[in-house]
Amino acid sequence: MTQNNKYELLAKIWSEFSENKIAVVALVCFSIILFVAVFASVISPTDPYDLATVTIMNSRLPPLEEDFSGNVYWLGTDGAGRDMLSAIFYGLRISLSVGVLSGIFALIVGAFFGISAAYFGGRYETLIMRIADIQLSFPSILVALIILAAFGKGVEKTIFALVLVQWAYYARTARASALVESRKEYVDAARCLSLGNLRIMLNHILPNCIPPLIVVGTLQTAHAISLEATLSFLGLGLPQTEPSLGLLIGNGFEYVHTGDYWISIFPGIALLITIVSINLVGDQLRDMFNPRLKR
Amino acid sequence: MTVYILQRTLQSFVVLFVMSLIVFCGVNLIGDPIYMMISPESEPAEIERVIKEFGFDRPVLEQYWFFLKNVASGDFGRSFVQGIPALPLILERFPATIELAVFSLFISLVIALPLGVYAGLYPERKSSKIIMSGSILGFSMPTFWVGIMLIMLFAVKLDWLPSTGRGELGTFLGIESSLFTLNGLSHIFLPALNLALFKLSSVLRLTRAGTREVILQDYIKFARAKGLSHSRVINVHLLKNILIPIVTVIGLEFGSLVAFSTVTETVFAWPGAGKLIIDSVYNLDRPVIVAYLIIIVAFFVFLNLIVDILYSFLDPRVRIKGSSE
Repeated sequence: MTQNNKYELLAKIWSEFSENKIAVVALVCFSIILFVAVFASVISPTDPYDLATVTIMNSRLPPLEEDFSGNVYWLGTDGAGRDMLSAIFYGLRISLSVGVLSGIFALIVGAFFGISAAYFGGRYETLIMRIADIQLSFPSILVALIILAAFGKGVEKTIFALVLVQWAYYARTARASALVESRKEYVDAARCLSLGNLRIMLNHILPNCIPPLIVVGTLQTAHAISLEATLSFLGLGLPQTEPSLGLLIGNGFEYVHTGDYWISIFPGIALLITIVSINLVGDQLRDMFNPRLKR
Repeated sequence: MTVYILQRTLQSFVVLFVMSLIVFCGVNLIGDPIYMMISPESEPAEIERVIKEFGFDRPVLEQYWFFLKNVASGDFGRSFVQGIPALPLILERFPATIELAVFSLFISLVIALPLGVYAGLYPERKSSKIIMSGSILGFSMPTFWVGIMLIMLFAVKLDWLPSTGRGELGTFLGIESSLFTLNGLSHIFLPALNLALFKLSSVLRLTRAGTREVILQDYIKFARAKGLSHSRVINVHLLKNILIPIVTVIGLEFGSLVAFSTVTETVFAWPGAGKLIIDSVYNLDRPVIVAYLIIIVAFFVFLNLIVDILYSFLDPRVRIKGSSE
């Protein structure tokens, strides 16, 4: 594909995407969130995990309150005296990285099994798809609960649980499009050139399965972020040393009955905006790639 | 047909076996349960004795074999924390969980059905669009956070409803439940509403889609042509026909309500099975963790088995596909 064509294609995708104004707003929201997450350490007013600046003296200050040295806490402070706004910025970074990382791993695992199942067929395909079916018959929270309750909490274990929860969706999607693609002539042509199986799957079939996988990917990433927050809140997911949004909300939960609403409400709003904006972008992508909805 | 049922039953047992092996091995890799039972400062000889008594010095697979033999006679071991057998401990918590799931299903139907029918009948109205956007929000909101918000609003700020525990239990037809006392009802309302939100959006969307499809059918036109009143057409002719897919989905999704109640139970300190497993993970109470996970997996495996078998009776295509593999 020439450079010019590439730009034309991108412009076409954008004009189709921007037909839905809500989706554009969601995309802008998500870009801001991504920016905040990446540059959390630069734009945060304070470093919430620097023990030298955080003092218990400032604990549980309501939003917009000043401390003795005149620093303003826009969203108040938590039980340990950390600035909530900074804690949310850092929390966004952790939540997004765990969600996106698990999504990428699940995409790789799922696409591999899905495409190879469609390509080789036979008993191998039956086995893979049966395992995926069985796993999808369990609610995702239960699968994650089993893994984390049995093996204990931790960053790698949480990511592993999230990958396990998601891979089957990617595998099903990849298989469905790979089944269509592998019957097309270009795959026969590649076979006639006696190219290796791996090369045909990776270089020829996979690129044509990407659009539906991206759609599943956005929606699944939103789901993974929400699930990670839930698991961390329950004390099963990330350890206290990786304070994601779920853990921040969990810490705020201790103060709910004393009326310190800001400690749990603001991280929750950040989480909600993240999930809703990813979902809205994903919905629009799905409508774009769905040929049945083409006008 | 028989072949299909046999295949599915066999598959269920394989899944259950593999899961129990994973869970048992996983749980035995974490923590050192000996110090749950006796103080780390005890005599070495005493520690040795306890290790021997519980068989912690044997290989994991051997421990698993003993465990399986005990499970076959209904013994899942004793809770390290409470010292009573794990199985009755878990089973006595299940009624509270089921009660919560059933009541929240009821709430989600009461709210979602009328709204869904309305949005389906008048899709162009502004209020319908607000309902549908709201359902996207309901889909995206994390259950546990909504629960905290409910507590903040209704229990702390307004002080209308209690936010923890199950309240008084009443007995009716031999069933003990919070649903039969006023105090119990006030306790179950918030957690059930919280759990209901999770299903509400999907029931609403299904109802709307069903309504839009059914309203165009000839029998609806005929009912109108007969001169039946608007409400009779909606309540009888329309509702009866959209209920079929909704009931199917609810049957399938009841299990996921039970699974998700773990979150709601933790937020509202509801004394159900889900709260028990979270507490047991905190306390590293191995026998209870293993027993709970195996029981809940068994519950799901057999729920799915029953659904699949019922489907194969109703839809012959499933049978043919199943036996050709």
